[in-house]
Amino acid sequence: MRNTALFSMRNLRLGILSAGALVFLAPYIWMISTAAKSREEIFSSSLTLLPQHWALWENLAKAFTRVPMGQLLLNGLIVCGLIFFFQVVIAIPCAYAMAKLKFRAAQTMMTLVMLGLLIPIHATALPIYVALNKAGMLNSYFALSAPFFISVFGIFLFLQFFRAMPDDLISAARLDGMSELAIVNRVIVPNAWPAVTAFAIFSVVAHWNDLFWPLIVITGTERATPPLGLLFFRAAEAGDDYGALMAATLIITLPLVAAFLLAQRRFIEGITLTGLKG
Amino acid sequence: MREIAVSGPLPADQTTARQAAIRAARREERVAWQLAAPAIVLIIVLILLPTLAVFVFSLTNYELGYDDFQFVGLDNYIELFGDRTFLISLKNTAVYTAIVTPFSVFIGLGVALLIESETRGRAFFRTVYFLPVASLLVAMATVFQYLLHPTIGPVNAMLSMLGIAGPNWLGSSSTVLISLAIIGIWQSVGFNMVLFLAGLTAIPRELYAAAEVDGAKGSWERFRLVTWPMLGPTTLFVTTISVINAVKVFETVKTLTEGGPNKSSEVLLWTIYQEGFVYLRVGYASAMTVIFLAFLIVLMLVQYRVLDRRVHYT
Repeated sequence: MRNTALFSMRNLRLGILSAGALVFLAPYIWMISTAAKSREEIFSSSLTLLPQHWALWENLAKAFTRVPMGQLLLNGLIVCGLIFFFQVVIAIPCAYAMAKLKFRAAQTMMTLVMLGLLIPIHATALPIYVALNKAGMLNSYFALSAPFFISVFGIFLFLQFFRAMPDDLISAARLDGMSELAIVNRVIVPNAWPAVTAFAIFSVVAHWNDLFWPLIVITGTERATPPLGLLFFRAAEAGDDYGALMAATLIITLPLVAAFLLAQRRFIEGITLTGLKG
Repeated sequence: MREIAVSGPLPADQTTARQAAIRAARREERVAWQLAAPAIVLIIVLILLPTLAVFVFSLTNYELGYDDFQFVGLDNYIELFGDRTFLISLKNTAVYTAIVTPFSVFIGLGVALLIESETRGRAFFRTVYFLPVASLLVAMATVFQYLLHPTIGPVNAMLSMLGIAGPNWLGSSSTVLISLAIIGIWQSVGFNMVLFLAGLTAIPRELYAAAEVDGAKGSWERFRLVTWPMLGPTTLFVTTISVINAVKVFETVKTLTEGGPNKSSEVLLWTIYQEGFVYLRVGYASAMTVIFLAFLIVLMLVQYRVLDRRVHYT
């Protein structure tokens, strides 16, 4: 009896899920384990997860001293903040005008937005790079963030959300004598909070993780974002001090993973929005 | 609505009322333009003009650093199709996509089905499988580089315990694409899983009951008769997104192989990056970009059509 219970369908399912989960978690487990090991221990190629001699602090110290880790994280924060701020400030009024005002160009705008959704940064990168280079503005926060100030996806998302908002809310605000800009600020934005948070997560995850654009416009560590900084760190270490390297990856991966674990539902919502963008 | 309210009652006031309504409409139109203006300007400056410029550049021999350039017609495109690196790059991108797409779609579907039918630890498993999507890919690629290291990596250490001599995963031209594909699959399964989970919850429970009445007893029968057909639109949607994302592979290649060894992991975006931003041959790289964009647009149009169909189903 006990045998049949052990091999029941349910336990088989749980077994497969658990085995898969272990495979998916393995990189994280090894990352933490290796970050705590000394160089000699890593090269002895042992499969033990717990280090015999703890070197976590040593490795973390290396990661913080050989590249300006604090600066990298700050750069990531500034760039993501700038991008998100401008995206929202520009997309929300536009989406409001398209959704709720008598706007004859709304149809044309919709075509523009759909067209914009087809074109990724990889396609526009060359001319934007040439222009920034001509203007002598490479290696700056502006170069890192400006190409993303417009998010047609943001406009699209907010448009869908605003269309579902009741008109009465806006009419009431108009009767109170509010200007359209005040309506956007004090009526629309507070009510669009779920859409704003979902978009914030979508935007921050995309730009915190992006390597393609920072690689193109940044050459030094001064303005490097975390992914680019990690590449510099690896180059400086000749790529064989895996302990320090794993400590660095740990530091850089942690902020988003921690945020994800704290707000999972919102994260999954926000990131799967990419599905629409592709 | 406001127009009707204002122009309703007195005939004598009608003309002035209508004028007021027209004025109000004009004012609203003007405000709308003001609110949309920054977005319109930026769409033109950051999306439309650069896209147009890529097309124009692709017809020139423009190189960054040399200020004069000539129009060379379709020469760049002709050169492309005789360029060994570009052809290898196209082939590798196709192979990578052909490996990653089916695995990430079907593993994503499998995990979603298991999680859906399992009551224990549902939230936990969803979190675990989704974790790679929220992680920094460049960082995780570095971890994979250690895991797949030919001499000190745990993967080969485990294989040798089983008596198998592990390959030089990222260092040999026969396994490098497969290794990159494994990372690609690991990274994208969670994303597909979440989309499938959403699709599964949308299937009405009564359909399963009805299928049971009709004699579908086993779980395979239920899957074949109800789940799979009902998930059709989701599956198509997930597949197109997976293809698009696989075609855009760049981060792992830059971090781990830089196209090597011997061009065996040369992929489209990497080749464009090299030509355009390292060798600064803007004209030639633009021609590649145009071809890349053409691929993407075809895929996106498929996706839009799939989305349209999805609306009809739900």
